[in-house]
Amino acid sequence: MPLTFYNSKIADAINWARKFSLFQYPFVTACCGMEFMATWGPKYDIARFGAEFPRFSPRQSDLMIVVGTVTERQAPVLRRIYDQMCEPKWVIAFGVCASTGGFYQNYSVMPGADQIIPVDVYVPGCPPRPEQALDALMLIQDRIQKGEGHSQVVLMKEKGYDVPLAAIRPSQRKGGGI
Amino acid sequence: MAQVILDRLKTNFNAGEILETGNAHGDEWARVDPAAWTAVATFLRDDAETALDMFVDLTCVDRGDRKPRFDVVLHLRSVAKKHRVRLYAGVEEASPEIASLVPLWPGANWFEREAFDMFGVRFANHPDLRRILMYPEFVGYPLRKDYPKEKRQPLVRRLPGSV
Repeated sequence: MPLTFYNSKIADAINWARKFSLFQYPFVTACCGMEFMATWGPKYDIARFGAEFPRFSPRQSDLMIVVGTVTERQAPVLRRIYDQMCEPKWVIAFGVCASTGGFYQNYSVMPGADQIIPVDVYVPGCPPRPEQALDALMLIQDRIQKGEGHSQVVLMKEKGYDVPLAAIRPSQRKGGGI
Repeated sequence: MAQVILDRLKTNFNAGEILETGNAHGDEWARVDPAAWTAVATFLRDDAETALDMFVDLTCVDRGDRKPRFDVVLHLRSVAKKHRVRLYAGVEEASPEIASLVPLWPGANWFEREAFDMFGVRFANHPDLRRILMYPEFVGYPLRKDYPKEKRQPLVRRLPGSV
């Protein structure tokens, strides 16, 4: 058996462990938080996906969920908290304000959290329903298992590993994709 | 509703301090000479018949091309008499300054800071006139009519090509 076979299986196992033990950091700034809190309750029960425990310390969490409007004034705070999280880390933008700025088009609101941090999954809605939060979590889990998370890709590049083809955007693939 | 307030103002300030009075949808208002801003407010608070002891709101309006350009708007209410009044004071664009009402009502502090933050109206003798909503690095006054709608003043942004 070639060594690469075992390497890929170990990566699969690690990613499997990662995706079912997400510790989330809820960066809640606005009204979306009300809807988001429902996902922790018994009816929607995010614990079923192994992500039930919010850590209010960025140093202990690996999934940041940006919930609500991010103002220009709040942007450095968000960036600093993201920088404090350990690699690998993932980000969900929950709601249109966190995704694009939403209906705020003015001097005070930043047009989307992805202006300052890399976002893995965007959740539309004003606010989104708790089912959408669970759906976003499952999408994140898929990305983690495939090694497609932003920070996963960066780590693999830094260590000189081959980045999975699926993690590279189609426009960047050689030969026009798979 | 509260014509007594306007009557008391007219009898006690007859040297031109009260520029105009009126009634909009049952609520009395008075336009005051900005030089008499503190005097009028003090009188309304301390007079036994008006007794407007409660500071409700203070904000600012940008009237665009009108002279003077800004109106500082003050809402007062009397808890005992159960009546209220609205006061206007015009502020020139060249030197947008008016007396602070914090010595009369400490609650005016943050309202005046907000008016300063959004419209750039300075309140003389305010104890702590800083921006309250926008960050200190912000340049300009965003609720003025000539502030560009699309103008952003970001503190941080991702570098192109960064993760």
